[in-house]
Amino acid sequence: MDKNQYLDMFIDESTEHLQAMNDHLLKLENQPGDYSIIDEVFRSAHTLKGMSATMGYEDLASLTHQMENVLDAIRNDKLKATSDLLDVVFESVDHLEAMVQDIANGGEGKRDVTEVVAKLEKIEKGDFSEEIAATKEADQKTHGNQNSYDDFELTVLSQSTEQGFHAYSINISLRADVILKAARVFMVFEVLEQIGEVIKSTPTVDQLEEENFDLAFSVTIVTKEAENDVQARIMKVSEIDTVEVQRIDVEEMTKEQGTSLQESANEEKVLLSEKQTQRNNKENGTEKEEKPSSSPNKTIRVNIERLDSLMNLFEELVIDRGRLEQISRDLKSSELTETVEHMSRISGDLQSIILNMRMVPIEQVFNRFPRMVRALAKDLNKIVHLEIIGAETELDRTVIDEIGDPLVHLLRNSIDHGVETPEKRKQAGKREESTITLKAYHSGNHVFIEVSDDGAGINRDKVLQKAINSGVVSSENGATLSDKQVYELLFSSGLSTADEISDISGRGVGLDVVKNKIESLGGNVSVHSSPNVGTTFSIQLPLTLSIISVMLVEVQEEIYAVPLSSIIETAIIKKEDIMAAHNQKVIDFRGSVVPLINLTDFFDVPVSKEENDYYSIVIVRKGEKMAALVVNSFIGQQEIVLKSLGNYLTNVFAISGATILGNGQVALIVDCNSLIK
Amino acid sequence: MNETVIEDVKVIVFQLKDEDYGVEVAQVRSIERVQHITRVPSTPDFVEGVINLRGVVTPIIDLRKRFAIQGLDHSETTRVIIVTVGQMDVGLVVDAANDVLDIPKNAIEPPPKVVGGLEAAYIRGVAKLEKRLLILLNLDKVLNPDEMEEIKEIEGKV
Repeated sequence: MDKNQYLDMFIDESTEHLQAMNDHLLKLENQPGDYSIIDEVFRSAHTLKGMSATMGYEDLASLTHQMENVLDAIRNDKLKATSDLLDVVFESVDHLEAMVQDIANGGEGKRDVTEVVAKLEKIEKGDFSEEIAATKEADQKTHGNQNSYDDFELTVLSQSTEQGFHAYSINISLRADVILKAARVFMVFEVLEQIGEVIKSTPTVDQLEEENFDLAFSVTIVTKEAENDVQARIMKVSEIDTVEVQRIDVEEMTKEQGTSLQESANEEKVLLSEKQTQRNNKENGTEKEEKPSSSPNKTIRVNIERLDSLMNLFEELVIDRGRLEQISRDLKSSELTETVEHMSRISGDLQSIILNMRMVPIEQVFNRFPRMVRALAKDLNKIVHLEIIGAETELDRTVIDEIGDPLVHLLRNSIDHGVETPEKRKQAGKREESTITLKAYHSGNHVFIEVSDDGAGINRDKVLQKAINSGVVSSENGATLSDKQVYELLFSSGLSTADEISDISGRGVGLDVVKNKIESLGGNVSVHSSPNVGTTFSIQLPLTLSIISVMLVEVQEEIYAVPLSSIIETAIIKKEDIMAAHNQKVIDFRGSVVPLINLTDFFDVPVSKEENDYYSIVIVRKGEKMAALVVNSFIGQQEIVLKSLGNYLTNVFAISGATILGNGQVALIVDCNSLIK
Repeated sequence: MNETVIEDVKVIVFQLKDEDYGVEVAQVRSIERVQHITRVPSTPDFVEGVINLRGVVTPIIDLRKRFAIQGLDHSETTRVIIVTVGQMDVGLVVDAANDVLDIPKNAIEPPPKVVGGLEAAYIRGVAKLEKRLLILLNLDKVLNPDEMEEIKEIEGKV
């Protein structure tokens, strides 16, 4: 067997399991007594151990093995899951991550782990010998007692019967000339997992995998299938001799076994809690695929480059669609119009599918934060609880790749500057534990990501003082700024409000970098704060970067595209409605004074049309601020493909890019963000 | 025989006003007829705008304006030479482009010092042919980013 074939899968799955371990360990720290969490961690560690041993990564396997022992001790109440202990476990997870990383980079996954293994051993010592004895004893017991179930199993059984599942005990014997016993067992389990949940197996799965059994084994499952179906399905696996399916009467069993058999083999507990958790997950509808084959949803992995070229081809198609729409409008042939309309609808659906394929849950970025926050909070002697909301929110892959660093900056900023030390919080009458919330959600064509803390809020005077000292604003101007404007100063370069420069932040770089990055992605970032309540940084990002909806407008003879995302509305106003305020033309728009920008003048468009008494205006906004763009006429709304102006024309003022219209001409896209200061 | 081949430079010949200019074939991607050019605001005046070149938005420079030669309306013979310099694709508007020549390297002379001034920097050399002079352009300089920087500064002030 060529192991390279499985290497990618191994790396993917190990990374998943390591992430799961990280997540659950963090949870465990908050709820040290929760056994289901320990079981989760144990399950990941166990799978990882098995996988790495199979792939021949000994160091990886031995470290996970040692970790498993410690976790087991915690589970059996021999050890307490203290923060110190978890530090060591985290350290081992770090080592494991490094090894998997090494393997991913083509290395051997070797690493000197003796130190951390020694630590783990030290923690675990004392209970170890006892445990082995227990395991052995329990093993024997299982062998003698095939059809007995412990309390836990019984509970599972009776619960599933209540939900309309049938419980079966299945005795399976393999043919005498069977060659790959373990493989057949695996296939049987695969079949069983497709139709239901395996509650228990005798001998245990581990022993079955190691071929530590004769020819027969028995399995208890819960399923909705009938007895005959179950039998038929298993018989489909080759080299199976006989299959006996017996219905289990759970109620009777409960009575009979009532109090006995509390203790069971360690491995068995692992197995059944594994299944139990799996089952729970399934019920919650959030099951993560453990084995791709056991999931009804079939997925394939596609190289991202293929998706990119699919996207490029589709962009071409969108341009041609625009062209066809125009031709059909000009020709006014009803047959053609119908066909083109149909094609437009289909390509619209196609567009959303293609865009969706490139969407990735933001979880990918978020899930590395809990560890980071924990470590940082410890370093700074703060108690921080990180709450993540909306991790399932999906974003275009290109955005996901770029958003990580800005978020790290913001989180670090919140931990360092945002939240106070426990003592200070106590004085202010707050809970010692501070909360940082990371929240992502969709709204219209945008995704919002918010980083908020319940700290002291931004100190206006301090920010202003810093800004004046570093020459960002003059002291006269400073006094007139609104709170919001002062907060915005945080994003200017060369400003840090930490009194002392720390490792984490306070070097005056950071927030301006964040702002630049977000703006380069076509988004924007803003900050809200109220004293003693907290601070919220809010990032707004476009769902996708390549196809956008615009309003096409005519300015004299030229056509410009205004992104729909920044348009509030369009209107036609009378010339008399225009007022002048300090040399700037303004209009009164729904109660607020909006400056008027005549695009003909602004873009130096050669004048070819006569002015009349009515002006067509497009009201655009940037955050809270608005502006009215005067154009000659509105053409309509269209989906366009965003193109850059090329490397020669970079940074053209107030133009964010170009697009190709239906008639093959180029139209420029107005950058409303730079129009409004 | 071989040696003479190696020493030849293949150039595309084009006209601006009454003079002949040449750019190396290796830098030329295509020669196009003039199509609709979209003006781009707040750019230097020699930037005519952008065109849709088979789905790629490509900037267009009017070489007459670039070299401060009197402007001329586009005519039947007007062509756009698409050149690639570094990472940039740029179209050059010229009066006409109608010839490909092999010029022996030894016929190329450095730009005459007398010319001096800014323009001389754009010239890589002058080739003496039988009856005419061919000015070989240094496209790197013509599309010089530094020059662009200057322009940006001016823009900034406006």
